[in-house]
Amino acid sequence: MAALVIAEHNNQSLNEATRAAVTAAAKIGGDIHILVAGKGAKAVADEAAKIEGVKKVMLAESDALGHKLAEAIEATVLSVASGYDAILAPASTVGKNFMPRVAAKLDVMLISDVTAVESADTFVRPIYAGNALMTVKSTDKVKVITVRPTTFAKAGDGGSASVETLSAPDASAKSSFVSEELSKSDRPELGAAKIVISGGRGMGNGENFAILEKVADKLGAAVGASRAAVDAGFVPNDYQVGQTGKVVAPMLYIAVGISGAIQHLAGMKDSKVIVAINKDEEAPIFSVADYGLVADLFKAVPEFEEELAKLGY
Amino acid sequence: MKVLVPVKRVVDYNVKVRVKPDQTGVDLANVKMSMNPFCEIAVEEAIRMKEKGLAEEIVVVSIGPAGAQETIRTALAMGADRGIHVTTDAIVEPLAVAKILAKIVAEENPDVVILGKQAIDDDANATGQMLGALLGWPQGTFASKVEKTDGGLNVTREVDGGLQTVAIPLPAIVTTDLRLNEPRYASLPNIMKAKRKPIDAKTPEDYGVDLSPRLQVVKVSEPPKRQGGIKVESVADLVYKLKNEAGVL
Repeated sequence: MAALVIAEHNNQSLNEATRAAVTAAAKIGGDIHILVAGKGAKAVADEAAKIEGVKKVMLAESDALGHKLAEAIEATVLSVASGYDAILAPASTVGKNFMPRVAAKLDVMLISDVTAVESADTFVRPIYAGNALMTVKSTDKVKVITVRPTTFAKAGDGGSASVETLSAPDASAKSSFVSEELSKSDRPELGAAKIVISGGRGMGNGENFAILEKVADKLGAAVGASRAAVDAGFVPNDYQVGQTGKVVAPMLYIAVGISGAIQHLAGMKDSKVIVAINKDEEAPIFSVADYGLVADLFKAVPEFEEELAKLGY
Repeated sequence: MKVLVPVKRVVDYNVKVRVKPDQTGVDLANVKMSMNPFCEIAVEEAIRMKEKGLAEEIVVVSIGPAGAQETIRTALAMGADRGIHVTTDAIVEPLAVAKILAKIVAEENPDVVILGKQAIDDDANATGQMLGALLGWPQGTFASKVEKTDGGLNVTREVDGGLQTVAIPLPAIVTTDLRLNEPRYASLPNIMKAKRKPIDAKTPEDYGVDLSPRLQVVKVSEPPKRQGGIKVESVADLVYKLKNEAGVL
């Protein structure tokens, strides 16, 4: 038995989601190998080699891989796929882009967004935006799986795997990179943050998100938003927490001016502690919040910031 | 260009689905069904291409039970030209859907296939990419903007942390994200007109594709319910409890 995990990274450092995929691979059993497909990504491979339980790391580099183009990653994964019983990647926008291509080429059905590994062939995945959980048994010879990173523990360090270099094969179909616009922020990434503070339609406009940002900067938190706030144009789409945005599970999730549509709850209900601040005491968000505060957010949030200052934040 | 748009009939996005007590699935009896919202965006994008003079013909395909014909009619009423209905009552996984679509692509020779990025029932997010791999075509997934260029399409994609733009030569696959466009409502005259637009009736056997599922459903269960907690009286109380009770500050 052996499993191949495709690393998530930005060519400089390994994304923690990779460690969640390694944990899922360990539950399936057998040797674990990691493929790092990128450009100038030796440091990522070295980091991956230290993960506990990893036997081998393969590094493939090209311009197309550096830009995470699906067709290029597909070709690279397929070039090493034989011999693995399972191929896993985090269910990120990168993993979701190339993994179905790999599955189709291997003639197997992708098992997407897996939240639990029951056995080497049985997995749990959410359907209907997390309103139901489906347990499926795969009859395919190779299991091709994307893993929801927030539901698996992050595998720690402790390994010392070898790093091999692969040549990146040519992709049959070719897209090419044009440009990239990534949000620049000193705050942690939504998916990795230990604390997330999100605003909803109740924020009124984009400028008002500044009051959340102040709190976020005190707490070292990431700033998120509901789909309603994104659709209203308050903040960019990559802030979105929910079924169609990011799924997060931080230690502390603070929902401000968010009513709590099913769509939003699907993206944050696995958070350890949930706080809701909303002036509507009937808002559904209160039914999932550990601590609810019925208050005008424009008074409560600055007050919250002051209270944090008293604690030394 | 000729555009092919596969569409799926799903439980309407406003319906709160219920898991059946015997855990064999969700209860679909007497539930409102609609076109998958991401598929609607795909249809809308194809129509806008036609309105801009970039596309000549839009063919809509749906694979599913008799009711899927209504979904095709909806797309025709929005402005698509003709339909293909592959009738089956079986649950068809994305891999089998992609295989049938690959056969249809071979017959129809579209320049671009536009699909929703995922269906809101199985949430698989796989069919478009699988079709791309089977055809050996490039893809621009999770599109928030599609522009025609001399060589093909420039697709701006919603990715973690921002946007990425890729150039793809035709023929190609595009999958739609939410912000690509806002689908139109069909007008009454167009709904009437759509009744006369042709729909080809087909079966999976016509395409020789094996529909047997690769994933056996062991059970479908309710997610664990999160218990609501307490209401706090003041911000000071909230901060005190977060620090001393929850231990997260």
